[in-house]
Amino acid sequence: MMSNMKTMFDLNKIDSQGGKLETTNQQSEQVAINAIEVRNLNFFYGSFQGLKDINLDIEQGKVTAFIGPSGCGKSTLLRTLNRMYDLYPGQRAEGEINFYGQNILEPGQDLNLLRSRIGMVFQKPTPFPMSIYENIAFGVRLYEKLSRSEMDERVEWALNKAALWNEAKDKLSQSGLSLSGGQQQRLCIARGVAVKPSVILLDEPTSALDPISTGKIEELINELKHEYTIAIVTHNMQQAARVSDYTAYMYLGSLIEYGKTDEIFIKPQRKETEDYITGRFG
Amino acid sequence: MNNISNIDQGIFAKRKRINKIGLTLSMGAMLLGMIFLFWILSVLLFKGLSAIDLNLFTHSTPAPGSEGGGLANAIVGSLLLVGTCTLVSTPIGVLAGLYLSEYGDRSRVAAVTRFVTDIMLSAPSIVIGLFVYAFVVAQVRHFSGWAGTIALALIAIPVVVRTTENMLRLVPGSLREAAYALGTPKWKVAFMITLRAAQSGVMTGILLALARISGETAPLLFTALNNQFFSTNMNAPMANLPVVIFQFAMSPYDNWVELAWGGALLITFAVLGLNILARVVFREKVQG
Repeated sequence: MMSNMKTMFDLNKIDSQGGKLETTNQQSEQVAINAIEVRNLNFFYGSFQGLKDINLDIEQGKVTAFIGPSGCGKSTLLRTLNRMYDLYPGQRAEGEINFYGQNILEPGQDLNLLRSRIGMVFQKPTPFPMSIYENIAFGVRLYEKLSRSEMDERVEWALNKAALWNEAKDKLSQSGLSLSGGQQQRLCIARGVAVKPSVILLDEPTSALDPISTGKIEELINELKHEYTIAIVTHNMQQAARVSDYTAYMYLGSLIEYGKTDEIFIKPQRKETEDYITGRFG
Repeated sequence: MNNISNIDQGIFAKRKRINKIGLTLSMGAMLLGMIFLFWILSVLLFKGLSAIDLNLFTHSTPAPGSEGGGLANAIVGSLLLVGTCTLVSTPIGVLAGLYLSEYGDRSRVAAVTRFVTDIMLSAPSIVIGLFVYAFVVAQVRHFSGWAGTIALALIAIPVVVRTTENMLRLVPGSLREAAYALGTPKWKVAFMITLRAAQSGVMTGILLALARISGETAPLLFTALNNQFFSTNMNAPMANLPVVIFQFAMSPYDNWVELAWGGALLITFAVLGLNILARVVFREKVQG
């Protein structure tokens, strides 16, 4: 456990210093750093195979979008990246997911620590049953010991990052549930950002929101990618085109095509991808 | 409306008739229930109200043949018994409910616990009284307030366990996932997120368990028994409203019978109050 913790924190240092990554993998020519490298990933819900031999790199500081029809495995893939599936017996993953070179699928991996480095925001807003302030402070307190004033600063910083400070600053002590749906979702993003993870996973973050809230969250994603690596699952292809740098098209548990978003949307290599993107299918 | 051609007037009229019959039957059933409830309440009020005065709260139960008297010892005894029982059964019940919902879930231990709890829920309270009599009272060779507390706790704990578990199950899994996604350890998710989200439901369960035990007579007959004098010693027999009512109501003395009516009125309205409080607590949660 201790050795794991040590490695994880060292990896964070590498993260902030940039190119010092000692590549254990085959990507030698690539200048860009991959935050996450997925290798030969297979995923099973009991005996049903949800993901089939996935290979994919998630580049640091970029937005990677996963698109595809319902049930194609895009959310499943996202939930393997922070091992959320571990909560449920009968679900298991095989292969490798390297987070800055460390395979997080190894049995010794400390899941709580992993999830504090790879945060996640869900489809439905899930504010905790406590005040707006406490919603944000809760996650921070898990891994940091801050003074009252430092915590105040952190809460303000996180709310600012999530473009919620102006709306929430006068009611920090009110319940997180008193906010509107869009505000609640931004609160959840603020909560995720507040613990300063290096990767943020967004699982259809706007599918329960109105167009204006959606717009705000998309702006937010563009802001956040300067400091965080982002992976987003979306049902909305226009959204993928608007916010992402890379797009992965998935179908029936397989990764069909993966590349720069411009290329995927303008000249997809595979017929299936083109059919889906042009709306002939899905 | 009559000129809509595709509606068969016969079917429409028949459905309205059936609707009326159904409504009448259910109204009748409701009335039957309400009549008895209000009958009981009005008799209680009519007979009990005359017994309610300051003496009821300041004097202890009278000796046979003596005049006047009150229920002070029984009221204090009941509050002590129910209070200590709440202090004992709340943590045990809530923790067990937390285990069933968050930790054990589909394990064998949880299945057995649930089964036993369900049996305990429907066990006749006199059996629980006898059990405590055999294992506590008979061992220490005297009746005591503690024995009464244990008997009441055995009735209250299953209620708290089951309501806590059910309320925790109503908390959406997405809330737990969101907490885990921040790197929260399991025990913190359980105590600080899930339990907090189910807070008012759990409170309701505790209040309902309280309401249930505050009227129980049978388990106290064999355990706390009764005490003619004012006593707060939990190690000694202790006066309590249900047993006093039981004994006084069957006595030949007029002032005893009147006190029994007064005690019954007190208990009924205390239970009514607890139930109303439980509903208010729960409703606040649903709206907030």
